[in-house]
Amino acid sequence: MISSNLPALQVVIPLLGAVLAALVRRGRLAWLIALAVSWTMPVIAFALLRQVEAQGVVSYALGGWAPPLGIEYRVDLVSAYILILVSLMGALVMSYAPRSVASEIAPERQAWFYTMYLLCLTGLLGITITGDAFNAFVFLEVSSLSTYVLIALGRDRRALLSAYQYLIVGTIGATFYVIGVGLLYVMTGTLNLADIAARIGDVENIRPLLAALAFITVGISLKIALFPVHLWLPNAYAFAPSVVTIFLASTATKVAIYLLLRYLFSVFGVAFVFDDLPVTEILIALSVAAMLVASIVAVFQANVKRMLAYSSVAQIGYITLGIALATQTGLTGGIVHIFNHALMKAALFMAIGGIVFQTGIVRIEDMAGIGRRMPLTMGAFVIAGLALVGVPGTVGFVSKYYLVTAAVEQGFWWLAAIIVLSSLIALVYIGRVIEVAWFREPAAGIEAAREPPLEMLALTWIVTAAIVVLGFNTDLTAGIAGRAAEVLLAGMK
Amino acid sequence: MNVLGPLIDNFNYFIIIFLMVSGLYVVVARGNMIKKLVGLSLFQTSVYLLYLSPGKILGGTPPIIDENFQIYSNPLPHVLILTAIVVAIATLALGLALVLRINEEYGTIEEDEIFAAGDEDT
Amino acid sequence: MNADSLVVLALAVPLAGAGLIALTGRNPNLRETVTIVTSLALFATVIGVAVAVFSGANPRTASLELFTGVELGFSVEPLGMIFALVASGLWIANSIYSIGYMRGNNEPRQTSFYVCFAIAIAGAIGVAFAGNLFTLFLFYEILTLSTYPLVVHKANAEAVSAGRIYLLMLLGTSMGLLLPAIVWTGVVAGTLDFMPGGILQGKLGGTALGLLLALFVFGIGKAALMPMHFWLPAAMVAPTPVSALLHAVAVVKAGVFVVLKVIIYIFGIEFLATTGAGDWLLYVAGFTVITASLIALRQDNLKRRLAYSTVSQLAYVVLGAAILTPISVMGAALHILAHAVSKITLFFAAGSIATAANLTQVSQLNGIGRRMPWTMSAFAIGALSMIGVPPTVGFVGKWFILSGAMTSQNWIAVAIIVISTMLNAAYFLPIVFNAFFRAPDNPGGKDHEHGEAPWPMVLALTATAIGTLALFFFPDVPFTLAAMLVAR
Repeated sequence: MISSNLPALQVVIPLLGAVLAALVRRGRLAWLIALAVSWTMPVIAFALLRQVEAQGVVSYALGGWAPPLGIEYRVDLVSAYILILVSLMGALVMSYAPRSVASEIAPERQAWFYTMYLLCLTGLLGITITGDAFNAFVFLEVSSLSTYVLIALGRDRRALLSAYQYLIVGTIGATFYVIGVGLLYVMTGTLNLADIAARIGDVENIRPLLAALAFITVGISLKIALFPVHLWLPNAYAFAPSVVTIFLASTATKVAIYLLLRYLFSVFGVAFVFDDLPVTEILIALSVAAMLVASIVAVFQANVKRMLAYSSVAQIGYITLGIALATQTGLTGGIVHIFNHALMKAALFMAIGGIVFQTGIVRIEDMAGIGRRMPLTMGAFVIAGLALVGVPGTVGFVSKYYLVTAAVEQGFWWLAAIIVLSSLIALVYIGRVIEVAWFREPAAGIEAAREPPLEMLALTWIVTAAIVVLGFNTDLTAGIAGRAAEVLLAGMK
Repeated sequence: MNVLGPLIDNFNYFIIIFLMVSGLYVVVARGNMIKKLVGLSLFQTSVYLLYLSPGKILGGTPPIIDENFQIYSNPLPHVLILTAIVVAIATLALGLALVLRINEEYGTIEEDEIFAAGDEDT
Repeated sequence: MNADSLVVLALAVPLAGAGLIALTGRNPNLRETVTIVTSLALFATVIGVAVAVFSGANPRTASLELFTGVELGFSVEPLGMIFALVASGLWIANSIYSIGYMRGNNEPRQTSFYVCFAIAIAGAIGVAFAGNLFTLFLFYEILTLSTYPLVVHKANAEAVSAGRIYLLMLLGTSMGLLLPAIVWTGVVAGTLDFMPGGILQGKLGGTALGLLLALFVFGIGKAALMPMHFWLPAAMVAPTPVSALLHAVAVVKAGVFVVLKVIIYIFGIEFLATTGAGDWLLYVAGFTVITASLIALRQDNLKRRLAYSTVSQLAYVVLGAAILTPISVMGAALHILAHAVSKITLFFAAGSIATAANLTQVSQLNGIGRRMPWTMSAFAIGALSMIGVPPTVGFVGKWFILSGAMTSQNWIAVAIIVISTMLNAAYFLPIVFNAFFRAPDNPGGKDHEHGEAPWPMVLALTATAIGTLALFFFPDVPFTLAAMLVAR
């Protein structure tokens, strides 16, 4: 009975967990609930992957009402991939979290923190698993609203401003999305994604469809912080509590990208989007701008979290580039980078979280000499940073190789050059941190620093180890990504 | 006269567009945080109309089965919009709570004054 | 144990050694013993592989597919064998020398020094035994990353900025040029494996082929072909054992080795010769040979003079390959060995002088031969080998390259070799002459209170100097390997 209801459980368990955490007043207990829920999620996600590998697509009718009239939860290879990513990251982050949260958030709010976190998890998993367009909007807003709260819980008062800014931009994005869905509904008469995909070919008047595509794409672009509408991300990542940044950097934008993939490839279809419209050109232009501009801006940041946030904007440019190329190699590169970037940024932000926990320092200049005092933490930072640059033997290289190959296959030499150039810029900003951390005399606040507590250090290193191991054994990441790309390029059946 | 015909037929869309655009304008052009939220609400209202107005079939009735009536208006958009309104209310409530807290911290809710406050750069 | 598993062992030994060194860091004597034992064990393993290669075998490991089109695999061929023997053999001498140098100069952070060294050597072995371009690229980058901490070892402002140039240039060329070249090769040829005769025949032609070659040659920044040479003089801020083994042997040799390997096993010598896509390489290499020698003439800092000499000598190897005849390619392979042994001797001597007499400039070296006879004799032998005077091994490599140039009537190459030999003499012989036959500048000064350097350093440099001579008289091993290389 459980195995047939897995899709529903994937969403219901964290939702109930959130309610439970809200009822509990003590932070420690709320954390335990969040931890238990977070670790059930990957179990369910992997079980769903098994089912998908066995039977192709898992279709679940919520409430027993059959699609397309009822809401359908639909898991295929692409969704399973993202489910695994989000649930794994959630579990790892929750295991890392307790002391970091306790040090950055007021005691009376900690239970609320875990409530919001579980709601966010619910929303993200819901977006991934649902097969209904409007249901996706609901989950999108569930995750977004809880994200706004999570960000606003940061210590610095600018966290409030960042949350507000994100609220405005995010709501506009979600509303654009729902406008697009509305136009689709008017033209096709259904809200079920698979059904829309089936009916969209019969629509005579293309104009509303084009408008719908435009609204949905722009709306989701606001959520994924695609250049040039990325301005909310650096502030949000910089001022949110460290644990929130780790979680957001590895999951929030990724799920929105998944939604974009779903619409571009499954609902509208490759022919409609890429062959007839200049979507490829536009997306490539924006991705290139993201990769170059964001990387360069990252070099000049004083706050290390902000630097990594701009780096995220650049890396999202890589992913959208893979999507824009829309070939098997390119799409695989984009999808695998979803996973790989999540790992890299999680490790980097976990290391920074450890530093913030021990010393409260976020300015790069103030981190002088920290490599001597916290060698393990900074060691993880170095390895994850090298992965960001794309050194072979790390996951970063895998994505980069696919993307450069995809560019060369199409004859886009300048694109390959830009991909490589932005990696070198990454070397500059990572190198800056490494130089300050290892080659300067320890600054005033660093003298007494020691390594962070065991669970934080251990989890940072688990993710860092994954960065190297998955750089060699790519079955989970590139293997599934490749098959997912095939599924997407074939369109929805 | 040919121009006026489509204009009148589609007057609901023109209203929707007007609300959408003016809402967005208020969000972008006003520096007062509460006014931005007002603009956001205005923008979201246009979406409600976008869903509801095509759902109304001229000559249609609510979906109550009766021998006398065959044409029904679509009730689904109403359900969807109820959800959307709830989401918008939650967003507005959260936004206003944030504005309250920002006012506590900064003493103002005008964006230009807040940016001039010059928080120390950490 | 069969040869295939010896290949894996050759990689495991230095890595395990690195771990052991890190663990025994508290006990310097134990730690140094681990280093020496590891280097000996590695050399023994490499000899084991060499024995198999001599009998005509081609030891290889199974390929592990990482993701589409990218595999990790090792396959030993004669050129890689030469490089592996050079790197592992000289690591023993360098370890002995390092002990003397690091203790004699009271260098800090010695444990991380030895650990990074072991990892770097593992990287060099990985490069030598790589069976395809990806594996090569992986270990090439491991080599860059593990030598960065060694370059910035002194951790002062000069070292940090030198390290910046080092990392940016090497990673910049490898990521910016070499990686696209590898991807292009993979897309065009469908495989990244090294094959005798190359894998590009019929797949690419004309200017595209020349462009791909350029991407490779300039992307292999470790070969220090101008203008990708700036990192080498900058890296001279490192302690001398680093300059000796890495920047005379492992790192730079990895560079020209990769250039040679790519020319032989990716492009194919006959293919390049017939299409003429490699003609420009001759001029680039020749330009580097002459210009670097000219710059070397003007350097007063001994290590910098040796660095520019290295740039010039590396370009010899590329020149030998660019002439594209079997004999000159043999010469190029032999020159890898010859330059390694000779240059390490010269660097050992330079470090010896710096440690014992605290002198770094050429102009200060008058009369030092009297106080440090062993050091300066070794220096003289190394210098003669650089110039190419028999009975040193340096003669052998140059002779073959010259023969190859003459048989293919490549008079430009001949001219380059002749001119540069004269330049080499011009910047090396005066040092030797002044050291032995001039009186010291200020008698009674501090530099007269010293004798030779600590004994491990003198032992090492004597050993390599003897090697420079011995390899002239007993060249069978390298000869056979070089002949096997071009016979395929």
